[in-house]
Amino acid sequence: MAWIRKHLLLFAALVVLGYLLIPNLIVAIFSFNKPRGRYNYEWNEFSIDAWLNPCGNPGICEALGLSLRIGFTASLVATILGTLVAFALGRHRFRGRSATNLLIFMPMATPEVVMGSSLLTLFVMAGIPSGAMNITIAHIMFCLSFVVVAVKARVSSLDPRLEEAAADLGATPLQTFLRVTLPLAAPGIAAGALLAFSLSFDDYIITNFNASPSSITFPMYVWGAAQRGTPVEIFVVGTVMFLLALFIVIIGQILSARRERQA
Amino acid sequence: MANMAVAVGGTPAPAARPTRRNWVPYALLLPGLLWLAVFYAAPMFTLGSQSLQEGNVYDGYVLTGNVGIYPEALSEYWPHLLRSLGYAASATIAGLVLAYPLAYYMAQKAGRWKNIMLILVIAPFFTSFLIRTLAWRIILSDGGVVSDIVHTTGLINLLDIMGLTQGGTLLNSKFAVMAGLTYNFLPFMILPLYAALERLDPRLMEAARDLYASGWETFRHVIFPLSLPGVVAGTLLTFIPATGDYINSRLLGNTQTVMIGQVIDSLFLRVLDFPKAAALSFILLVMIVTLVGIYVRRAGTEELV
Repeated sequence: MAWIRKHLLLFAALVVLGYLLIPNLIVAIFSFNKPRGRYNYEWNEFSIDAWLNPCGNPGICEALGLSLRIGFTASLVATILGTLVAFALGRHRFRGRSATNLLIFMPMATPEVVMGSSLLTLFVMAGIPSGAMNITIAHIMFCLSFVVVAVKARVSSLDPRLEEAAADLGATPLQTFLRVTLPLAAPGIAAGALLAFSLSFDDYIITNFNASPSSITFPMYVWGAAQRGTPVEIFVVGTVMFLLALFIVIIGQILSARRERQA
Repeated sequence: MANMAVAVGGTPAPAARPTRRNWVPYALLLPGLLWLAVFYAAPMFTLGSQSLQEGNVYDGYVLTGNVGIYPEALSEYWPHLLRSLGYAASATIAGLVLAYPLAYYMAQKAGRWKNIMLILVIAPFFTSFLIRTLAWRIILSDGGVVSDIVHTTGLINLLDIMGLTQGGTLLNSKFAVMAGLTYNFLPFMILPLYAALERLDPRLMEAARDLYASGWETFRHVIFPLSLPGVVAGTLLTFIPATGDYINSRLLGNTQTVMIGQVIDSLFLRVLDFPKAAALSFILLVMIVTLVGIYVRRAGTEELV
Protein backbone atom coordinates (compact mmCIF):
# COMPACT_ATOMS: atom_id res chain seq x y z
CA MET A 1 0.00 0.00 0.00
CA ALA A 2 2.76 2.41 0.95
CA TRP A 3 4.58 1.41 -2.23
CA ILE A 4 1.56 2.21 -4.38
CA ARG A 5 1.01 5.53 -2.67
CA LYS A 6 4.63 6.55 -3.03
CA HIS A 7 4.58 5.80 -6.73
CA LEU A 8 1.17 7.39 -7.19
CA LEU A 9 2.67 10.62 -5.95
CA LEU A 10 5.62 10.28 -8.33
CA PHE A 11 3.21 9.58 -11.18
CA ALA A 12 1.15 12.68 -10.34
CA ALA A 13 4.31 14.79 -10.12
CA LEU A 14 5.51 13.57 -13.52
CA VAL A 15 2.13 14.22 -15.16
CA VAL A 16 2.22 17.82 -13.90
CA LEU A 17 5.81 18.24 -15.09
CA GLY A 18 4.65 16.97 -18.48
CA TYR A 19 1.80 19.49 -18.49
CA LEU A 20 4.40 22.22 -17.87
CA LEU A 21 6.89 21.04 -20.46
CA ILE A 22 4.85 19.68 -23.38
CA PRO A 23 4.14 23.15 -24.86
CA ASN A 24 7.89 23.82 -24.98
CA LEU A 25 8.42 20.47 -26.68
CA ILE A 26 5.71 21.29 -29.22
CA VAL A 27 7.30 24.68 -29.91
CA ALA A 28 10.66 22.97 -30.52
CA ILE A 29 9.17 20.32 -32.83
CA PHE A 30 7.15 22.83 -34.83
CA SER A 31 10.19 25.05 -35.34
CA PHE A 32 11.22 22.35 -37.85
CA ASN A 33 7.90 22.40 -39.67
CA LYS A 34 7.19 23.66 -43.16
CA PRO A 35 3.55 24.69 -42.82
CA ARG A 36 1.18 24.53 -45.79
CA GLY A 37 -0.58 27.81 -45.08
CA ARG A 38 0.24 30.88 -43.03
CA TYR A 39 -0.53 29.20 -39.72
CA ASN A 40 2.04 26.87 -38.21
CA TYR A 41 -0.53 24.74 -36.37
CA GLU A 42 -0.46 21.52 -38.38
CA TRP A 43 2.52 19.30 -39.05
CA ASN A 44 3.37 19.19 -42.73
CA GLU A 45 7.00 18.34 -43.48
CA PHE A 46 10.43 18.57 -41.88
CA SER A 47 12.47 21.63 -42.77
CA ILE A 48 15.32 23.63 -41.28
CA ASP A 49 14.59 26.76 -43.33
CA ALA A 50 13.43 28.81 -40.36
CA TRP A 51 16.52 27.83 -38.34
CA LEU A 52 18.80 28.90 -41.20
CA ASN A 53 17.15 32.30 -41.51
CA PRO A 54 15.42 33.23 -38.23
CA CYS A 55 15.21 36.89 -39.29
CA GLY A 56 13.43 35.89 -42.49
CA ASN A 57 10.09 37.28 -41.45
CA PRO A 58 10.04 41.08 -41.76
CA GLY A 59 10.21 42.88 -38.44
CA ILE A 60 10.92 39.86 -36.24
CA CYS A 61 14.54 40.65 -35.43
CA GLU A 62 13.88 44.37 -34.98
CA ALA A 63 11.20 43.43 -32.43
CA LEU A 64 13.58 40.99 -30.76
CA GLY A 65 16.29 43.65 -30.60
CA LEU A 66 13.94 46.18 -29.02
CA SER A 67 12.78 43.63 -26.43
CA LEU A 68 16.39 42.81 -25.54
CA ARG A 69 17.28 46.51 -25.18
CA ILE A 70 14.23 47.27 -23.03
CA GLY A 71 14.76 44.08 -21.00
CA PHE A 72 18.39 44.93 -20.35
CA THR A 73 17.76 48.56 -19.34
CA ALA A 74 14.68 47.77 -17.26
CA SER A 75 16.28 44.86 -15.40
CA LEU A 76 19.46 46.86 -14.72
CA VAL A 77 17.63 49.85 -13.23
CA ALA A 78 15.08 47.69 -11.39
CA THR A 79 17.87 45.57 -9.91
CA ILE A 80 19.79 48.60 -8.62
CA LEU A 81 16.71 50.33 -7.15
CA GLY A 82 15.27 47.06 -5.82
CA THR A 83 18.53 45.98 -4.19
CA LEU A 84 18.80 49.30 -2.34
CA VAL A 85 15.23 48.91 -1.05
CA ALA A 86 15.90 45.28 -0.08
CA PHE A 87 18.97 46.30 1.93
CA ALA A 88 16.95 48.94 3.75
CA LEU A 89 14.22 46.41 4.59
CA GLY A 90 16.56 43.56 5.44
CA ARG A 91 19.25 45.45 7.34
CA HIS A 92 17.72 48.51 8.96
CA ARG A 93 15.01 49.49 11.39
CA PHE A 94 13.05 52.58 10.45
CA ARG A 95 9.67 54.21 10.74
CA GLY A 96 7.30 53.70 7.85
CA ARG A 97 8.26 50.09 7.35
CA SER A 98 4.75 48.75 6.86
CA ALA A 99 3.89 51.55 4.43
CA THR A 100 7.00 50.61 2.46
CA ASN A 101 6.03 46.94 2.47
CA LEU A 102 2.57 47.86 1.23
CA LEU A 103 3.93 50.00 -1.62
CA ILE A 104 6.24 47.14 -2.65
CA PHE A 105 3.45 44.55 -2.43
CA MET A 106 0.79 46.53 -4.32
CA PRO A 107 2.24 46.27 -7.86
CA MET A 108 2.36 42.48 -7.43
CA ALA A 109 -1.30 42.50 -6.33
CA THR A 110 -2.49 44.64 -9.22
CA PRO A 111 -3.61 43.07 -12.50
CA GLU A 112 -1.39 44.07 -15.40
CA VAL A 113 -4.26 45.52 -17.34
CA VAL A 114 -4.89 48.01 -14.51
CA MET A 115 -1.22 49.05 -14.30
CA GLY A 116 -0.94 49.35 -18.07
CA SER A 117 -4.08 51.42 -18.50
CA SER A 118 -3.43 53.66 -15.50
CA LEU A 119 0.09 54.44 -16.74
CA LEU A 120 -1.39 55.28 -20.12
CA THR A 121 -3.70 57.85 -18.47
CA LEU A 122 -0.71 59.34 -16.62
CA PHE A 123 1.31 59.70 -19.82
CA VAL A 124 -1.67 61.04 -21.76
CA MET A 125 -2.36 63.68 -19.11
CA ALA A 126 1.30 64.63 -18.96
CA GLY A 127 1.30 64.95 -22.73
CA ILE A 128 4.03 62.32 -23.20
CA PRO A 129 3.57 60.29 -26.40
CA SER A 130 3.70 56.48 -26.15
CA GLY A 131 6.90 54.70 -27.11
CA ALA A 132 9.90 52.67 -26.04
CA MET A 133 10.74 55.03 -23.16
CA ASN A 134 7.28 54.64 -21.63
CA ILE A 135 7.57 50.87 -21.96
CA THR A 136 10.94 50.89 -20.19
CA ILE A 137 9.59 53.07 -17.37
CA ALA A 138 6.63 50.72 -16.94
CA HIS A 139 8.85 47.62 -16.91
CA ILE A 140 11.14 49.08 -14.25
CA MET A 141 8.04 49.78 -12.15
CA PHE A 142 6.61 46.26 -12.19
CA CYS A 143 9.98 44.46 -12.01
CA LEU A 144 11.12 46.43 -8.96
CA SER A 145 8.92 44.62 -6.44
CA PHE A 146 10.02 41.19 -7.65
CA VAL A 147 13.69 42.21 -7.29
CA VAL A 148 13.02 43.47 -3.76
CA VAL A 149 11.42 40.14 -2.78
CA ALA A 150 14.25 38.06 -4.29
CA VAL A 151 17.09 40.14 -2.78
CA LYS A 152 15.40 40.66 0.59
CA ALA A 153 14.98 36.90 1.05
CA ARG A 154 18.75 36.52 0.65
CA VAL A 155 19.78 39.57 2.69
CA SER A 156 17.57 38.65 5.66
CA SER A 157 19.07 35.16 5.81
CA LEU A 158 22.65 36.48 5.99
CA ASP A 159 24.42 36.20 9.30
CA PRO A 160 25.18 39.77 10.49
CA ARG A 161 28.09 38.39 12.52
CA LEU A 162 30.06 37.88 9.28
CA GLU A 163 30.03 41.64 8.70
CA GLU A 164 30.86 42.29 12.35
CA ALA A 165 33.79 39.89 12.07
CA ALA A 166 35.09 41.75 9.01
CA ALA A 167 34.83 45.05 10.87
CA ASP A 168 36.59 43.55 13.91
CA LEU A 169 39.41 42.41 11.62
CA GLY A 170 39.97 46.01 10.59
CA ALA A 171 38.02 46.20 7.35
CA THR A 172 36.65 49.62 6.50
CA PRO A 173 32.88 49.81 5.95
CA LEU A 174 33.48 49.98 2.17
CA GLN A 175 35.75 46.91 2.26
CA THR A 176 33.22 45.04 4.38
CA PHE A 177 30.47 45.86 1.92
CA LEU A 178 32.43 44.98 -1.21
CA ARG A 179 34.15 41.84 0.08
CA VAL A 180 31.62 40.39 2.51
CA THR A 181 28.10 41.73 2.15
CA LEU A 182 27.93 42.03 -1.63
CA PRO A 183 29.36 38.57 -2.46
CA LEU A 184 27.01 36.99 0.09
CA ALA A 185 23.99 38.82 -1.32
CA ALA A 186 25.04 38.21 -4.95
CA PRO A 187 22.93 35.07 -5.59
CA GLY A 188 19.80 36.94 -4.52
CA ILE A 189 20.71 39.93 -6.67
CA ALA A 190 21.43 37.69 -9.66
CA ALA A 191 18.13 35.85 -9.19
CA GLY A 192 16.29 39.17 -8.97
CA ALA A 193 17.97 40.51 -12.10
CA LEU A 194 17.19 37.34 -14.06
CA LEU A 195 13.58 37.41 -12.93
CA ALA A 196 13.30 41.09 -13.87
CA PHE A 197 14.73 40.46 -17.30
CA SER A 198 12.41 37.58 -18.05
CA LEU A 199 9.35 39.48 -16.78
CA SER A 200 10.26 42.46 -18.93
CA PHE A 201 11.12 40.41 -21.99
CA ASP A 202 7.87 38.46 -21.79
CA ASP A 203 5.45 41.25 -20.99
CA TYR A 204 2.63 41.88 -23.42
CA ILE A 205 -0.26 43.56 -21.60
CA ILE A 206 1.43 46.56 -19.93
CA THR A 207 3.66 47.01 -22.96
CA ASN A 208 0.74 47.05 -25.37
CA PHE A 209 -0.92 49.92 -23.51
CA ASN A 210 2.19 52.09 -23.71
CA ALA A 211 3.63 51.20 -27.11
CA SER A 212 3.47 53.08 -30.38
CA PRO A 213 3.53 51.59 -33.90
CA SER A 214 7.28 52.28 -33.99
CA SER A 215 7.98 50.43 -30.73
CA ILE A 216 6.90 46.84 -31.42
CA THR A 217 8.41 44.46 -28.87
CA PHE A 218 8.78 40.74 -29.49
CA PRO A 219 5.64 39.69 -27.57
CA MET A 220 3.69 42.35 -29.49
CA TYR A 221 5.10 40.98 -32.72
CA VAL A 222 3.98 37.46 -31.76
CA TRP A 223 0.53 38.75 -30.81
CA GLY A 224 0.20 40.59 -34.13
CA ALA A 225 1.46 37.53 -35.98
CA ALA A 226 -1.09 35.29 -34.25
CA GLN A 227 -3.90 37.29 -35.85
CA ARG A 228 -2.55 37.01 -39.40
CA GLY A 229 -0.67 33.72 -39.40
CA THR A 230 2.15 32.27 -37.30
CA PRO A 231 5.57 32.36 -38.96
CA VAL A 232 7.82 29.40 -38.09
CA GLU A 233 10.55 31.88 -37.12
CA ILE A 234 8.79 32.74 -33.84
CA PHE A 235 8.92 29.06 -32.91
CA VAL A 236 12.68 29.11 -33.57
CA VAL A 237 13.08 32.13 -31.28
CA GLY A 238 10.92 30.40 -28.66
CA THR A 239 13.08 27.28 -28.79
CA VAL A 240 16.33 29.24 -28.54
CA MET A 241 14.95 31.17 -25.56
CA PHE A 242 13.98 27.92 -23.83
CA LEU A 243 17.42 26.39 -24.36
CA LEU A 244 19.13 29.59 -23.21
CA ALA A 245 16.94 29.74 -20.10
CA LEU A 246 17.64 26.07 -19.37
CA PHE A 247 21.36 26.74 -19.77
CA ILE A 248 21.32 29.79 -17.45
CA VAL A 249 19.27 28.03 -14.80
CA ILE A 250 21.56 24.96 -14.88
CA ILE A 251 24.68 27.17 -14.57
CA GLY A 252 23.05 28.93 -11.63
CA GLN A 253 22.30 25.61 -9.94
CA ILE A 254 25.86 24.37 -10.45
CA LEU A 255 27.31 27.60 -9.05
CA SER A 256 25.11 27.54 -5.97
CA ALA A 257 25.87 23.83 -5.39
CA ARG A 258 29.58 24.63 -5.56
CA ARG A 259 29.20 27.51 -3.09
CA GLU A 260 27.33 25.26 -0.70
CA ARG A 261 30.06 22.65 -0.85
CA GLN A 262 32.72 25.29 -0.14
CA ALA A 263 30.78 26.74 2.76
CA MET B 1 26.55 55.91 -4.55
CA ALA B 2 29.85 55.20 -2.82
CA ASN B 3 28.57 56.97 0.27
CA MET B 4 25.53 54.80 0.29
CA ALA B 5 27.61 51.65 -0.09
CA VAL B 6 29.75 52.65 2.84
CA ALA B 7 26.70 53.23 4.92
CA VAL B 8 25.19 49.83 4.12
CA GLY B 9 28.33 47.89 4.85
CA GLY B 10 29.10 49.65 8.10
CA THR B 11 28.08 47.73 11.17
CA PRO B 12 28.57 50.11 14.06
CA ALA B 13 27.95 49.24 17.67
CA PRO B 14 24.24 48.44 18.01
CA ALA B 15 23.56 51.45 20.18
CA ALA B 16 25.06 53.84 17.67
CA ARG B 17 22.90 52.73 14.75
CA PRO B 18 19.55 54.39 15.47
CA THR B 19 20.98 57.82 16.22
CA ARG B 20 23.97 58.28 13.95
CA ARG B 21 22.84 56.55 10.78
CA ASN B 22 19.13 57.15 10.92
CA TRP B 23 19.04 58.66 7.43
CA VAL B 24 20.61 55.62 5.79
CA PRO B 25 17.51 53.45 5.28
CA TYR B 26 15.63 56.43 3.90
CA ALA B 27 18.41 57.16 1.42
CA LEU B 28 18.31 53.52 0.31
CA LEU B 29 14.53 53.56 -0.06
CA LEU B 30 14.20 56.92 -1.76
CA PRO B 31 14.91 56.15 -5.45
CA GLY B 32 12.88 52.92 -5.54
CA LEU B 33 9.90 54.23 -3.62
CA LEU B 34 9.92 57.45 -5.63
CA TRP B 35 9.72 55.40 -8.81
CA LEU B 36 6.75 53.44 -7.46
CA ALA B 37 5.06 56.62 -6.19
CA VAL B 38 5.31 58.31 -9.58
CA PHE B 39 4.71 55.36 -11.89
CA TYR B 40 2.49 53.11 -9.78
CA ALA B 41 0.59 55.23 -7.23
CA ALA B 42 0.13 58.48 -9.18
CA PRO B 43 -1.36 56.65 -12.22
CA MET B 44 -4.09 55.29 -9.94
CA PHE B 45 -5.17 58.89 -9.37
CA THR B 46 -4.99 59.82 -13.04
CA LEU B 47 -6.98 56.66 -13.79
CA GLY B 48 -9.66 57.70 -11.29
CA SER B 49 -9.66 61.22 -12.70
CA GLN B 50 -9.89 59.93 -16.27
CA SER B 51 -12.96 57.88 -15.40
CA LEU B 52 -14.76 61.04 -14.20
CA GLN B 53 -14.02 63.07 -17.31
CA GLU B 54 -16.17 63.64 -20.37
CA GLY B 55 -15.14 64.43 -23.92
CA ASN B 56 -13.23 62.58 -26.60
CA VAL B 57 -9.65 61.84 -27.58
CA TYR B 58 -9.56 64.46 -30.35
CA ASP B 59 -11.09 67.49 -28.62
CA GLY B 60 -9.74 66.65 -25.19
CA TYR B 61 -11.37 65.72 -21.90
CA VAL B 62 -12.87 67.85 -19.14
CA LEU B 63 -13.26 66.73 -15.56
CA THR B 64 -17.00 66.79 -14.93
CA GLY B 65 -17.27 64.37 -12.01
CA ASN B 66 -19.50 62.08 -14.04
CA VAL B 67 -19.83 59.27 -11.48
CA GLY B 68 -22.71 57.87 -13.53
CA ILE B 69 -20.10 56.18 -15.70
CA TYR B 70 -19.57 53.56 -12.98
CA PRO B 71 -23.10 52.10 -12.87
CA GLU B 72 -23.18 52.42 -16.66
CA ALA B 73 -19.95 50.46 -17.11
CA LEU B 74 -21.03 47.88 -14.51
CA SER B 75 -24.44 47.24 -16.06
CA GLU B 76 -22.85 46.83 -19.46
CA TYR B 77 -19.89 44.65 -18.51
CA TRP B 78 -20.76 42.78 -15.31
CA PRO B 79 -20.89 39.46 -17.17
CA HIS B 80 -17.28 39.95 -18.25
CA LEU B 81 -16.22 40.85 -14.71
CA LEU B 82 -17.94 37.81 -13.21
CA ARG B 83 -16.59 35.57 -15.95
CA SER B 84 -13.04 36.79 -15.30
CA LEU B 85 -13.36 36.10 -11.57
CA GLY B 86 -14.85 32.68 -12.30
CA TYR B 87 -12.15 31.66 -14.75
CA ALA B 88 -9.41 32.94 -12.44
CA ALA B 89 -10.91 31.06 -9.47
CA SER B 90 -11.12 27.80 -11.46
CA ALA B 91 -7.57 28.22 -12.72
CA THR B 92 -6.40 28.87 -9.15
CA ILE B 93 -8.12 25.79 -7.73
CA ALA B 94 -6.98 23.59 -10.61
CA GLY B 95 -3.48 25.00 -10.22
CA LEU B 96 -3.43 24.24 -6.50
CA VAL B 97 -4.56 20.65 -7.06
CA LEU B 98 -1.97 20.13 -9.79
CA ALA B 99 0.89 21.96 -8.10
CA TYR B 100 0.59 20.36 -4.68
CA PRO B 101 1.73 16.81 -5.51
CA LEU B 102 4.61 18.07 -7.63
CA ALA B 103 5.74 20.62 -5.03
CA TYR B 104 5.45 18.02 -2.27
CA TYR B 105 7.36 15.43 -4.24
CA MET B 106 10.14 17.91 -5.06
CA ALA B 107 10.40 19.18 -1.49
CA GLN B 108 10.22 15.88 0.40
CA LYS B 109 10.83 12.89 -1.87
CA ALA B 110 12.90 13.82 -4.88
CA GLY B 111 16.35 13.54 -3.25
CA ARG B 112 19.05 14.11 -5.84
CA TRP B 113 16.40 14.68 -8.56
CA LYS B 114 15.19 17.76 -6.71
CA ASN B 115 17.39 20.27 -8.53
CA ILE B 116 16.63 18.82 -11.95
CA MET B 117 12.90 18.97 -11.30
CA LEU B 118 13.26 22.54 -10.03
CA ILE B 119 15.09 23.50 -13.24
CA LEU B 120 12.32 21.92 -15.32
CA VAL B 121 9.70 23.90 -13.42
CA ILE B 122 11.53 27.23 -13.73
CA ALA B 123 12.79 26.98 -17.33
CA PRO B 124 9.41 27.15 -19.16
CA PHE B 125 8.59 30.21 -17.07
CA PHE B 126 11.58 31.96 -18.64
CA THR B 127 10.32 31.41 -22.18
CA SER B 128 7.72 33.38 -24.03
CA PHE B 129 4.26 33.15 -22.54
CA LEU B 130 2.65 33.99 -25.89
CA ILE B 131 4.49 31.36 -27.91
CA ARG B 132 3.65 28.70 -25.33
CA THR B 133 0.02 29.73 -25.48
CA LEU B 134 0.13 29.35 -29.27
CA ALA B 135 1.51 25.84 -28.70
CA TRP B 136 -1.75 25.03 -26.91
CA ARG B 137 -3.57 25.70 -30.16
CA ILE B 138 -1.52 22.92 -31.71
CA ILE B 139 -2.00 20.56 -28.75
CA LEU B 140 -5.77 21.00 -28.56
CA SER B 141 -6.45 21.13 -32.31
CA ASP B 142 -8.95 18.75 -33.94
CA GLY B 143 -7.23 15.54 -34.96
CA GLY B 144 -4.48 16.03 -32.37
CA VAL B 145 -3.59 13.44 -29.72
CA VAL B 146 -5.52 15.16 -26.92
CA SER B 147 -8.60 15.54 -29.10
CA ASP B 148 -8.40 11.82 -30.03
CA ILE B 149 -8.12 10.79 -26.39
CA VAL B 150 -11.12 12.81 -25.20
CA HIS B 151 -13.17 11.50 -28.13
CA THR B 152 -12.34 7.81 -27.69
CA THR B 153 -12.87 7.97 -23.92
CA GLY B 154 -16.08 9.94 -24.32
CA LEU B 155 -14.76 12.69 -22.07
CA ILE B 156 -15.73 15.18 -24.73
CA ASN B 157 -19.42 14.45 -24.09
CA LEU B 158 -18.90 15.31 -20.45
CA LEU B 159 -17.15 18.57 -21.39
CA ASP B 160 -19.94 19.42 -23.82
CA ILE B 161 -22.62 18.72 -21.21
CA MET B 162 -20.77 20.88 -18.67
CA GLY B 163 -20.76 23.64 -21.28
CA LEU B 164 -16.96 23.78 -21.30
CA THR B 165 -16.76 22.88 -24.99
CA GLN B 166 -19.15 23.05 -27.91
CA GLY B 167 -19.70 20.64 -30.77
CA GLY B 168 -16.86 18.33 -29.78
CA THR B 169 -13.96 20.72 -30.44
CA LEU B 170 -11.53 21.54 -27.67
CA LEU B 171 -10.20 24.75 -29.17
CA ASN B 172 -11.90 28.15 -28.93
CA SER B 173 -13.80 27.08 -25.83
CA LYS B 174 -14.16 27.79 -22.15
CA PHE B 175 -12.20 24.61 -21.50
CA ALA B 176 -9.23 25.81 -23.59
CA VAL B 177 -9.17 29.20 -21.83
CA MET B 178 -9.23 27.61 -18.37
CA ALA B 179 -6.58 25.05 -19.32
CA GLY B 180 -4.41 27.84 -20.70
CA LEU B 181 -4.84 30.03 -17.61
CA THR B 182 -4.07 27.10 -15.32
CA TYR B 183 -0.98 26.23 -17.33
CA ASN B 184 0.36 29.76 -17.62
CA PHE B 185 0.31 30.54 -13.91
CA LEU B 186 1.26 27.09 -12.60
CA PRO B 187 4.91 27.94 -11.84
CA PHE B 188 3.67 30.82 -9.64
CA MET B 189 1.76 28.20 -7.63
CA ILE B 190 4.47 25.53 -7.55
CA LEU B 191 7.35 27.70 -6.35
CA PRO B 192 5.79 29.20 -3.17
CA LEU B 193 4.31 25.78 -2.30
CA TYR B 194 7.69 24.18 -2.78
CA ALA B 195 9.34 26.83 -0.59
CA ALA B 196 6.81 26.17 2.20
CA LEU B 197 6.93 22.37 1.93
CA GLU B 198 10.71 22.28 1.87
CA ARG B 199 10.80 23.76 5.37
CA LEU B 200 8.53 20.99 6.61
CA ASP B 201 10.34 18.72 9.07
CA PRO B 202 9.82 15.08 7.93
CA ARG B 203 9.86 14.01 11.59
CA LEU B 204 6.48 15.69 12.03
CA MET B 205 5.00 13.30 9.48
CA GLU B 206 6.67 10.37 11.23
CA ALA B 207 5.26 11.55 14.52
CA ALA B 208 1.77 11.77 13.02
CA ARG B 209 2.11 8.23 11.69
CA ASP B 210 3.40 6.97 15.05
CA LEU B 211 0.25 8.42 16.57
CA TYR B 212 -1.82 6.32 14.13
CA ALA B 213 -2.80 9.08 11.74
CA SER B 214 -3.76 7.82 8.28
CA GLY B 215 -2.14 9.34 5.20
CA TRP B 216 -5.14 11.60 4.70
CA GLU B 217 -5.23 12.64 8.35
CA THR B 218 -1.50 13.45 8.25
CA PHE B 219 -2.09 15.61 5.21
CA ARG B 220 -5.20 17.23 6.67
CA HIS B 221 -3.81 18.01 10.13
CA VAL B 222 -0.05 18.30 9.65
CA ILE B 223 1.18 18.86 6.10
CA PHE B 224 -1.52 21.18 4.76
CA PRO B 225 -1.72 23.56 7.76
CA LEU B 226 2.07 23.94 7.78
CA SER B 227 2.13 24.68 4.06
CA LEU B 228 -0.52 27.39 4.39
CA PRO B 229 1.83 30.35 3.80
CA GLY B 230 2.81 28.76 0.48
CA VAL B 231 -0.83 28.07 -0.37
CA VAL B 232 -1.78 31.70 0.31
CA ALA B 233 1.14 33.12 -1.68
CA GLY B 234 0.60 30.71 -4.57
CA THR B 235 -3.14 31.26 -4.85
CA LEU B 236 -2.68 35.05 -4.81
CA LEU B 237 0.10 34.94 -7.40
CA THR B 238 -2.21 32.88 -9.62
CA PHE B 239 -5.57 34.49 -9.00
CA ILE B 240 -4.56 38.14 -9.37
CA PRO B 241 -2.80 37.98 -12.74
CA ALA B 242 -5.31 35.42 -14.06
CA THR B 243 -8.23 37.79 -13.40
CA GLY B 244 -6.74 40.55 -15.52
CA ASP B 245 -5.27 38.28 -18.18
CA TYR B 246 -6.76 38.26 -21.66
CA ILE B 247 -4.01 36.57 -23.64
CA ASN B 248 -5.50 33.13 -23.02
CA SER B 249 -9.10 34.16 -23.64
CA ARG B 250 -8.10 35.96 -26.84
CA LEU B 251 -5.84 33.23 -28.26
CA LEU B 252 -7.69 30.12 -27.03
CA GLY B 253 -11.28 31.29 -26.55
CA ASN B 254 -14.24 32.53 -28.55
CA THR B 255 -16.61 35.49 -28.42
CA GLN B 256 -18.36 33.91 -25.43
CA THR B 257 -15.17 33.79 -23.34
CA VAL B 258 -14.18 37.47 -23.52
CA MET B 259 -12.61 38.52 -20.21
CA ILE B 260 -12.62 41.96 -18.60
CA GLY B 261 -9.01 42.70 -19.57
CA GLN B 262 -9.92 42.29 -23.21
CA VAL B 263 -12.81 44.75 -22.79
CA ILE B 264 -10.55 47.32 -21.12
CA ASP B 265 -7.91 46.86 -23.80
CA SER B 266 -10.32 47.39 -26.67
CA LEU B 267 -12.15 50.31 -25.03
CA PHE B 268 -8.83 52.06 -24.40
CA LEU B 269 -6.96 51.28 -27.58
CA ARG B 270 -9.59 50.71 -30.28
CA VAL B 271 -12.91 52.27 -29.23
CA LEU B 272 -11.03 55.12 -27.54
CA ASP B 273 -13.70 55.44 -24.85
CA PHE B 274 -11.19 56.43 -22.18
CA PRO B 275 -13.63 57.26 -19.32
CA LYS B 276 -15.50 53.96 -19.50
CA ALA B 277 -12.26 52.00 -19.88
CA ALA B 278 -10.76 53.80 -16.90
CA ALA B 279 -13.90 53.19 -14.83
CA LEU B 280 -13.78 49.45 -15.60
CA SER B 281 -10.08 49.33 -14.80
CA PHE B 282 -10.77 51.03 -11.48
CA ILE B 283 -13.62 48.66 -10.67
CA LEU B 284 -11.36 45.68 -11.39
CA LEU B 285 -8.65 47.08 -9.12
CA VAL B 286 -11.05 47.74 -6.24
CA MET B 287 -12.59 44.28 -6.60
CA ILE B 288 -9.24 42.54 -6.54
CA VAL B 289 -7.86 44.57 -3.64
CA THR B 290 -11.02 43.90 -1.64
CA LEU B 291 -11.00 40.17 -2.36
CA VAL B 292 -7.28 39.89 -1.62
CA GLY B 293 -7.70 41.87 1.60
CA ILE B 294 -10.47 39.61 2.86
CA TYR B 295 -8.61 36.48 1.83
CA VAL B 296 -5.31 37.49 3.41
CA ARG B 297 -7.05 38.44 6.66
CA ARG B 298 -8.93 35.13 6.80
CA ALA B 299 -5.81 33.12 6.05
CA GLY B 300 -4.02 35.04 8.79
CA THR B 301 -0.77 35.70 6.97
CA GLU B 302 -0.25 39.41 6.74
CA GLU B 303 3.49 39.48 6.24
CA LEU B 304 3.67 38.45 2.59
CA VAL B 305 6.52 40.57 1.33
